[in-house]
Amino acid sequence: MARMNRRRFLITGGKLAAAGALTYSGLSPRIGRAADTVKVGILHSLSGTIAIAEAAIVDAERLAIDEINAQGGVLGRRIEPIIEDGASDWPTFAEKARKLLVRDKVAVVFGCYTSASRKSVLPVFEQNKGLLYYPTYYEGQEISKNCIYTAQEATQSVIAAIEWLAANKGKSFFLVGSDYIYPRTCNKIAKPTIARVGGRTLGEEYAPLGHTEFSSIINKIKAAKPDCIYSTVVGGSNVAFYKQLNAAGLSGAKQTLLSTVVSENEIDGIGRDNAVGYYACMGYFQSQKSATNDRFVKAIKAKYGQERVVGDPMECGYTGVHFWRLAAEKAKSFAVEKVVAASSNLELDAPEGKIKLHASNHHTWKHARIGVARADGQFDIVHESPLIEPNPYPKL
Amino acid sequence: MNVEIAAMQVFSGISLFTILVLMALGLSIVFGLMGVINMAHGEVMALGAYVTYYTARFFGAYLPSLMGAYVFFGIALAFLVTFAFGYLLERSFIRFLYARPLDTLLATWGLSLVLQQAYRSGFGAQEVSVPMTSWLTGAWEPIAGIQLPLNRLFIIWLTLLVSGGVYLILYRTRWGLRIRAVTQNRAMSGAVGIDTGRVDAMSFALGCGLAGIAGSAFTMIGSTNPLTGQLYIVDAFIVVVFGGVQSLLGTFASGFVIASSQSFLEFLLSGSMAKVSILLAVITVLYFRPTGLFTSKVRQ
Amino acid sequence: MPRLLARNAEAVGYVVLAVILLVAFPLGLDPFRLNLVSKYLAFAFVAVGVVLSWGYGGILSLGQGIFFGLGGYFMAMFLKLEASAPELPDFMVWSSTEVLPWWWEPYHHLWFTLLSVVLVPCAVAFPLAYAPFKKRLGGVYFAIVTLALALTAMVMLVGQQGYTGGANGITDFRSLLGWDITTDRAKLFLYLGEVVLLFAVMGAATFVLRSRLGKILVAIRDSEDRVRFSGYDTALFKAFAFTTGAVFASLGGALYSVQVGLITPTLVGVVASVEMVIYAAVGGRTSVVGAVYGALLVGFARSVISENLATLWLFFVGGLFMFVVLVMPNGLAGLPAQLASRRRRAEAPTRLPVDA
Repeated sequence: MARMNRRRFLITGGKLAAAGALTYSGLSPRIGRAADTVKVGILHSLSGTIAIAEAAIVDAERLAIDEINAQGGVLGRRIEPIIEDGASDWPTFAEKARKLLVRDKVAVVFGCYTSASRKSVLPVFEQNKGLLYYPTYYEGQEISKNCIYTAQEATQSVIAAIEWLAANKGKSFFLVGSDYIYPRTCNKIAKPTIARVGGRTLGEEYAPLGHTEFSSIINKIKAAKPDCIYSTVVGGSNVAFYKQLNAAGLSGAKQTLLSTVVSENEIDGIGRDNAVGYYACMGYFQSQKSATNDRFVKAIKAKYGQERVVGDPMECGYTGVHFWRLAAEKAKSFAVEKVVAASSNLELDAPEGKIKLHASNHHTWKHARIGVARADGQFDIVHESPLIEPNPYPKL
Repeated sequence: MNVEIAAMQVFSGISLFTILVLMALGLSIVFGLMGVINMAHGEVMALGAYVTYYTARFFGAYLPSLMGAYVFFGIALAFLVTFAFGYLLERSFIRFLYARPLDTLLATWGLSLVLQQAYRSGFGAQEVSVPMTSWLTGAWEPIAGIQLPLNRLFIIWLTLLVSGGVYLILYRTRWGLRIRAVTQNRAMSGAVGIDTGRVDAMSFALGCGLAGIAGSAFTMIGSTNPLTGQLYIVDAFIVVVFGGVQSLLGTFASGFVIASSQSFLEFLLSGSMAKVSILLAVITVLYFRPTGLFTSKVRQ
Repeated sequence: MPRLLARNAEAVGYVVLAVILLVAFPLGLDPFRLNLVSKYLAFAFVAVGVVLSWGYGGILSLGQGIFFGLGGYFMAMFLKLEASAPELPDFMVWSSTEVLPWWWEPYHHLWFTLLSVVLVPCAVAFPLAYAPFKKRLGGVYFAIVTLALALTAMVMLVGQQGYTGGANGITDFRSLLGWDITTDRAKLFLYLGEVVLLFAVMGAATFVLRSRLGKILVAIRDSEDRVRFSGYDTALFKAFAFTTGAVFASLGGALYSVQVGLITPTLVGVVASVEMVIYAAVGGRTSVVGAVYGALLVGFARSVISENLATLWLFFVGGLFMFVVLVMPNGLAGLPAQLASRRRRAEAPTRLPVDA
């Protein structure tokens, strides 16, 4: 009996639930508690190969939840996060997503990092009418009505990066990436862009995921002598890649290299010495100056330690939670279709600046920023674009 | 393609060769001579890499003036720690499994999972990478246009040193004589008074110590995380099996063949397809020559 | 009492398993948990195959993921084509594959899909095993070669993104011959179908093992030379056991795709392949019914541990490998016999028989 009631409460809207809490709180304290909280899911890898990137996002999302709870929650309800571990394994992600939606009946899930994990959970969200906030830059080619994308899709960073490089650094390019969908799609966008700005693509190479032996690729780069290297090498491979580039005499001082995947978090692993002088294109850098960003960075350091750095996916995870709060408050409901409807054109003063959700395609209007890595692991911002419209299905 | 690039690609091949040899040398003692399938060999390498990393951290914090020499301490310490680890592992665990090679495989696989999680809990999940000392940074340029990375040259030198050392131990010391005797005929060796249990423990420890040195070398060109070992383990086994299990010379030969064809193919194909072609070629050769390239005549 | 139990353990095990799977789980578990059981059962097929090839044939394959993947990917191709018809599968569109590759075409048909789920693993497994066994290649070599093959298969799947979905695998299936497979009701029917098929497979395995063939297999495992000298082509028998195991794994993979709704290269790779052996090892490498219990137990343990203490999972599964191999080499199914023999040993010390 109690179970049934509780389940019905979570489905009904905020006002009803609040009234319900009053009515039933005398009967069972458990029901009362359930009614004045709203459950949300956090679904990232806490173990396995991707955990290093995703654990930091979980921290940022929990910070946002704490902030909201400190201000009285959403629609008068405290947020109760349920954290699940996707274990860097795509079937596990699907299993945990189903658990969050079917068993825990969460109002929303913040989660996923790799495209593979997002692809494995999206059918679950669509079948069970859930809502996912996805905090990672990704390749685009997707609009799900059950997902809000708070980071850059590929065109928002790749096109801006190539145009800036061509204008400032030279017009011949060498494309290097890990062998999977994000790098391949980025390069698919990069090549026509290079042609449009009058440049040439001298080579395109892919290393297997987790690869640590880049000497052949580096020799190919040396043979081609490009003005710019555009890199979409991901994860641990970057340590070996940057280190071997330096050892081979292609250090940041001598060779222009721009990556759309290396944020402050990755630099910590790569080693600051190895990354100095290389460029990155992101929506957010920790070194941005604004009151909102100062507050955000200070809060992260206060909660998780002074040595912590903040990268783009962390900021997008944090922003996602706040976007959801705004949308739920605007809709006066936690119902997925109402939250999604209220998200259209929703504006937010985020650490990365004033951004807004797109009217219809569920992505976010973002700035593209280009920074060059300093010896302290932070970036000097050398270029900042105006807000760019998200365009997940570009015509190339 | 010009001459400089070709020369550098040949150098890459040689560098890969030395890396494969370092990786496989310890395994060829443990697996080749002793017949123990140690699936946790990769994790022992990772242990060596972590020891080197923490040595570098220690020198950086307390002995910054000696930072230039930390590499040698790091490698020596990596060897000692993994040697001791190997000795304890053999005495407490491996020796109960000698009669059952396939069970050893499963048990050491389990051990590798436990070690991975232990590294993650103890050292953190992040990628770590040792800082390079000044004399190992950059490249040597014998002729204009040809840059040979110093850290790779160092590893080539290290491999020569280690292989020489292994040769001396196995073929020029009494201890090596005992190891070879036990390999060829355990019962007979026992009968003439060799403490075979002790020889087993020392050989296993030596194999692990070599893995520690290999890990220490890898972290200089790549990086280390709790799962690093898994990346290398299949490659290491392939090198040993392809070379002929009971032959150290075979390990060298197969390392050379695999490394040179891999760097050649990587220049022509994509990285993944180069890897697939090499693995399939090795498997095909093993099909027709199941005992590998070199086989020494020993009793089975 | 333990001795009596040991004698009838197999029969008791079957009955209890049938009650659990056909009555207790469907009535007692909610749809979410029941769907998880379907996933564990997909691995139970592999485990039964491992009992045949490893427990009886003495062949340890560390590449069962390849066969699991064959079945899984074939089924996924069929389901994906149905889900995306009349257009190309979405991952091909992103990877600029503009026409459907010819070898995808036949997977528009269910009959062809099912046929290849059964026949392709045979065509791959038989020569893979027969040739090296004919050359009297040792079990250790075979284990390492299959391990290398599992790695190769995974690298290839990831590398050929335009044809295989790459690292993402193939996801998002909706219907089977127009029947919506995403509803709870459909999942219940699929679960029951899977259980029936599992019992059929277990029956087939038991039949093989009780027949003359099974006796020869055991004889080969225990002393291959003697059997060979008696005039048998031992390689043929071993290859047969291995091939049967491969077909079972492939069936498991096909069911996995249907039940879980996706297939990825990680299920083919080295880690997954080795893990498939542990199911049989926990349950008992010589017990068909034990293997199913093993798959269920390890599966449940994984879900429960990862929901509560994620970091403990590797310690648990790693420790399990070591414990089972060292302390109970015949797994759960061997436990009654092990206890009985321990009691006997207390009376008159004899050594516990251990299978290599």
